[in-house]
Amino acid sequence: MSNSAVSTQRAFRANAAATDPVLEIKNLSVDYGYDEDPTHVLRQVSLTLNRGEVLGLAGESGCGKSTLAYAATRLLPPPGLITGGEVIFTDRGGQQTDILTLSDADLRATRWQDLAIVFQGAMNSLNPVYRIGRQIADAIRAHLPGVTKKEALERAAGMLELVGISADRLRDYPHQLSGGMRQRVMIAMALALDPQVLIMDEPTTALDVVMQRQIVEQIAELRDRLGFSVIFITHDVSLLIEIADRIAIMYAGEIVEDASAQDMYRRPRHPYSDALLHSFPPLRGPRRELTGIPGSPPDLSNLPSGCPYRDRCAFVFDACSAITPELVAPAVEGDDPRRSVACLRHDPAAVAAAGFEPQPVPVELSVR
Amino acid sequence: MRFFTRRIVFYAITAWAAITINFFIPRIMPGDPVSALIAKNQGRISPDAAEALRALFGLDENMSLWDQYVAYWKLLLQGDLGTSFTYMAPVADVIQQALPWTIGLVGVATIISFTIGTLVGTGIGWRRGTWMDGLLPLSTFFSAVPYFWLALIAISLFSVTLGWFPASGSYDRSMVPTLSWEFIGSVIYYGFLPAMTIVVSSIAGWMLGMRNMMVTVSSEDYVTVAQAKGLKERTVMMGYAARNAILPQVSSFALSLGFIVGGTLVMEIVFSYQGIGYYLFSAVNAKDYPLMQGCFLVITFAVLLANMAADVAYGVLDPRTRQEG
Amino acid sequence: MTVEAAFFEDLEIAPDATTPRKGKRRFLFMRNAKALTGLVILGFFFLIAIIGPWIAPYDPNERSSAILQSPSWQHLMGTTHQGQDVMSQLILGTRSVLVVGFVAGTVATVIGVIVGVTAGYIGGVGDESLSALSNVFLVIPQLPLIIIIAGQLPSAGGLTVALVIAFTGWAWGARVLRAQTLSLRKRDFVEAARANGESTWRIISAEILPNLTAIIAAGFVGTVGFAVLSQITLSFVGITPTNEWNWGTVLYWAQAQLALQRGAWWWFVPAGLLIALLGMALTLINFGIDEFVNPRLRSVGINARSMRKRKIRPRIGFTPVVYEAKEDRA
Repeated sequence: MSNSAVSTQRAFRANAAATDPVLEIKNLSVDYGYDEDPTHVLRQVSLTLNRGEVLGLAGESGCGKSTLAYAATRLLPPPGLITGGEVIFTDRGGQQTDILTLSDADLRATRWQDLAIVFQGAMNSLNPVYRIGRQIADAIRAHLPGVTKKEALERAAGMLELVGISADRLRDYPHQLSGGMRQRVMIAMALALDPQVLIMDEPTTALDVVMQRQIVEQIAELRDRLGFSVIFITHDVSLLIEIADRIAIMYAGEIVEDASAQDMYRRPRHPYSDALLHSFPPLRGPRRELTGIPGSPPDLSNLPSGCPYRDRCAFVFDACSAITPELVAPAVEGDDPRRSVACLRHDPAAVAAAGFEPQPVPVELSVR
Repeated sequence: MRFFTRRIVFYAITAWAAITINFFIPRIMPGDPVSALIAKNQGRISPDAAEALRALFGLDENMSLWDQYVAYWKLLLQGDLGTSFTYMAPVADVIQQALPWTIGLVGVATIISFTIGTLVGTGIGWRRGTWMDGLLPLSTFFSAVPYFWLALIAISLFSVTLGWFPASGSYDRSMVPTLSWEFIGSVIYYGFLPAMTIVVSSIAGWMLGMRNMMVTVSSEDYVTVAQAKGLKERTVMMGYAARNAILPQVSSFALSLGFIVGGTLVMEIVFSYQGIGYYLFSAVNAKDYPLMQGCFLVITFAVLLANMAADVAYGVLDPRTRQEG
Repeated sequence: MTVEAAFFEDLEIAPDATTPRKGKRRFLFMRNAKALTGLVILGFFFLIAIIGPWIAPYDPNERSSAILQSPSWQHLMGTTHQGQDVMSQLILGTRSVLVVGFVAGTVATVIGVIVGVTAGYIGGVGDESLSALSNVFLVIPQLPLIIIIAGQLPSAGGLTVALVIAFTGWAWGARVLRAQTLSLRKRDFVEAARANGESTWRIISAEILPNLTAIIAAGFVGTVGFAVLSQITLSFVGITPTNEWNWGTVLYWAQAQLALQRGAWWWFVPAGLLIALLGMALTLINFGIDEFVNPRLRSVGINARSMRKRKIRPRIGFTPVVYEAKEDRA
């Protein structure tokens, strides 16, 4: 592996913050469809982002990871519907607000100022008929009413230079830029108001590997310089292990495991996390055997009772079809108490309470 | 500038095609009504004019088709469209005094209709699930009825029953056309009902078109990004959604101009409005072929010019058309 | 035509509309309430067109002493200046309206499919010239063109008019079909068929045409509507023979015999309503096809009232929040 990647990682680790939550998602539930029989795409999801932290959110497509990000910012398009929960944002002064209860005007004010997003498709994220300078400037002017057009454009030029694009590109239209440049413009735009939280939804998926790497390094460097927190969403777990401080794995609309990046990589506790890690080639370290995950994710509109992963799980037992697992500390001695996992192998108490015989944690899921 | 070059070439081809169609139609039709008419009107039209008519309608049996075509072009380039049998005057003169009325009425009414329809469509498309959705079935009704029928209804309601507006004509015939306020007032008074009828019958199409485009554009990422940026609702709606939704609206404006113009020409008959449509139809009924052909050419050229204007507007609105290469 | 204009634009930006998936889709289309309503109304008109001569209460040409009567039990839609029964004229005129509409629609669609699919499939110079041809026909105002052609024909009866309309009105369909064929041609399943060495004719008939069905249908319905309006307009201005009954002829006589000035509303109002009803039926069918092809246009959610009760207003950028989730877990 290249030196730069190592230094990137080191930079991230150095900045890893203490537990000082900036964004807490609590019991967030989301439905698709306004009729009597909606699909429950998110069920009581809780996730905390700490100040200065890079939190990776991973899972197969359709697991709800993007939905989580969009719902937390109330940007989910129709027929998305938030049916419950809280999204608490804590600003630099310690003041807390629930984004879900904000009025339209307050939400508008919060957006971009406190919480900015880089969307999946940079191709379509820019308005094709406006110059990029104007698009960055209008975000600045919407939040800082005193700023003149000229000042906003100057600031936009500064932001572009920050992401390595020359300032004379301000007068370009989106169609004149390459895919990688557009994504950088989006990052520049997202950072224009010095937000505290940056949500990145698959920011590198549409780009080639070299561009991907450059952008990821740039984000790491900027995070160091500007001190924002990041929720980084991707299906590429190996990328997360490189850049994230902490990783949460989602499956079928729920978080199934939440642990530090190192723990997740070396000591996965959920059978799904374990399988997911083995389906990507690691960027560093010894070679591992790649295995796909047999079966396919369950149909969210028709979810069976019990553990949603049980049909694909190698460690399934009788209690799995009866009890829905909840996030608990893993039942492996010496594990970080802050990490959690939703698997009945780690929750003998719940298994016993429902009248089943608890099963031990398999060796594969108790690696030290 | 490649976009504009291509468009100019296209308009040149279309203009040529319209002229050529106009050349061939009387030549491929069975029968020879024009010679009969010339013979019948002998003495009333000059020998020169009769000669021009022979060239325009291909009555000279000894000429090859190509020579006829060349002669036809020569006449057109001189602005000679033949002589009208009904008015015993050059077709070009008849059209010249009719054209401003049509351009004024149809132009103003179409611009009003397009502007209001697009604005309302923007609102309906942006805020779905409000009372404004109730306008949709109504607009379907109005886009399904022929313009001239709405004109009949408008006259029977506002002229015959209520007596608010005159039922026919384009200005008070007791007045001498001058540039006085009184005369302009009369023109507006006479033009109001026909113009309103055009607006009412064509507005639905613009509304529906813009509504559909707004719905489609609203789900584009850049609209969500604009909301995520916390821009004002108005900015997102107008600057991001409507600003992009208007592009297909402008191209469909260009493409449906021909249809709208066709519909409004018929309305001129109903209102006896002395525009080019009125002359076209009276020419059809009087079998005044030179006037008929002339009206078609002029209408086509007017529509072409309007199309070019719409293209320029599109080019200004969409930076992607301006790129090199 | 502007409604169709918007319609076609939508098709162009929904390239996935034509992914090959049949069977269930046809069934879904029939379940669309709008399309179903349209089809029922259209069926009603067809029935009238077929059984018209048997159910019309009077001979439409028969004069009587009941001159300019307002609607009564004897004459449900009143009488004309010669005492003819307006309702009988409308009933008997239905057949001509539908025949001209559907003949013109069919011929125009066939021309449109041939020109559009050929242009989209062959590409290059052939495409350029065919596109230019259809664009020329799009820009030249159709009604004046139809009028000068029909006006110079010795007799402009029903079928002649239908053909004239078809030969001037095919360009819309061709344009849309060209765009769609162009995008289909680059799809994997077409590339695969070509790599397999299948003949061009087979690729077009087996791979491309089935995926254009919805667009062809929409174009057909749109052209029928246009043809109906054109024919009625031609009859109204007196270009078609005024003794051949259709809804336009009724309006021609009403206008010529000063029905407006005489206050004989029953003479011209019903004909226009029939035109509107037929036009709306066609538009509804097209809406059905439209929503079926482009799901984004579907009204979101099913029950507007329950949405209002739950205070849900679907908006872009502001996801509605309702606190209804069962707190079944900690």
